[in-house]
Amino acid sequence: MVALDLDRQTLFDWLLRLGDNALILGHRTSEWCGHGPALEEDIALANTALDLIGHCQMWYTLAAEVEGKGRTADNLAYLRDAIQFKNVKLVELPNGDIGQTMMREFLFNAFHFELLTALTGSTDPKVSEIAAKAVKEVAYQLDRASDLVVRLGDGTEESHRRMQAALDYLWPYVGEMFLADATDDALAEAGIAPRLTDIQTKWEAIVSDTLDEATLTRPDRRPDVHTGGKQGRHTEHLGYILAEMQFLQRAYPGAEW
Amino acid sequence: MVTPTQEIWDWLAEVPDPEIPVVSVTELGIIREVAWDGDTLKVAITPTYSGCPATSVIDLMVEEKLREKGVQNIALERRLSPPWTTDWVAQSARDKLREYGIAPPIDGTASDGRMGRAARLSGHNLTIPCPRCASGNTDKVSQFGSTPCKAAYVCRDCLEPFDYFKCH
Repeated sequence: MVALDLDRQTLFDWLLRLGDNALILGHRTSEWCGHGPALEEDIALANTALDLIGHCQMWYTLAAEVEGKGRTADNLAYLRDAIQFKNVKLVELPNGDIGQTMMREFLFNAFHFELLTALTGSTDPKVSEIAAKAVKEVAYQLDRASDLVVRLGDGTEESHRRMQAALDYLWPYVGEMFLADATDDALAEAGIAPRLTDIQTKWEAIVSDTLDEATLTRPDRRPDVHTGGKQGRHTEHLGYILAEMQFLQRAYPGAEW
Repeated sequence: MVTPTQEIWDWLAEVPDPEIPVVSVTELGIIREVAWDGDTLKVAITPTYSGCPATSVIDLMVEEKLREKGVQNIALERRLSPPWTTDWVAQSARDKLREYGIAPPIDGTASDGRMGRAARLSGHNLTIPCPRCASGNTDKVSQFGSTPCKAAYVCRDCLEPFDYFKCH
């Protein structure tokens, strides 16, 4: 049973953030399918994308149920425009090279892992069930991403340079994950979600250990420059993702296979 | 006249996993409950991985099997909790996996997100015996193999690549 003192719209918005982060990163990750630098990496990225798309399906199904307007998970994925997407900007950025892709996976996975771990203790049993399912998969994603960040960061001169450049480029986007607004506050007060400051502390520990091991330097600049994705204000990149992802449902409404 | 649920479990034991057909869906531990509700047969199925494309194929195969056995009203439930774990994979399935060339899961070694780091720092990797020659001289090639539930390994003695069914 969903906490009664929390209004439906707030819970719906928050569930969309979880689902949208998973869908958009899942879509970005799937773009590597057939283009990976090695067969094993290609397959691993495709599997990671599958995990994430599975997570978004669970969150959207719950969101649609909470909203209670008869929409389905597919409606939420395929029939919303960019301004209605509530993912953080970090996940919609283009992949860049494999180094930038793996750095982004790592920075997001560390957040995702700690958030889902905390959500397994949610006061909302449906939220905790989904989190318990998803976190087991994200644990493997985090293991893989941190392994590659270390191997590439502490690799050749060229791989090190690219990983540092990726970290520097992505850094101004990471702060948005921890920037709480009224929705996050309401969810934390209801005990459904953790305080994002607590997640940040845990994230910092993983990130600093891994960057040290990878011989990479934490950027000396603000992490919360590019924000607003959670409120529906996105970079121009999201529109292109949706144009590709939603084409079929827009051209042939209601198509099924 | 309703069929006893034990007999229905036996029928479902004939349904192979679509990705790894040597093991059945019951041996994999994904059939969580079989019960009659009046004249409707309720079957609770849990997905292995949340994005596993085999999930909907499994639903279809379970339904087909039950229809073939004459069950008219079927209600399939997708049950998320408790989440599927390889601890539920039967011993019979572990033996079949090994014979098929897939190293079975080693219980108690599921990732906690920091498993790789612990292995790097200690220099002790999990030893996965080669399903063909049983050598422990194997290396992980990738955390994700041909399906989400597997990792890709290679044996340094017989030189064969193989899949490891990850502990989950």
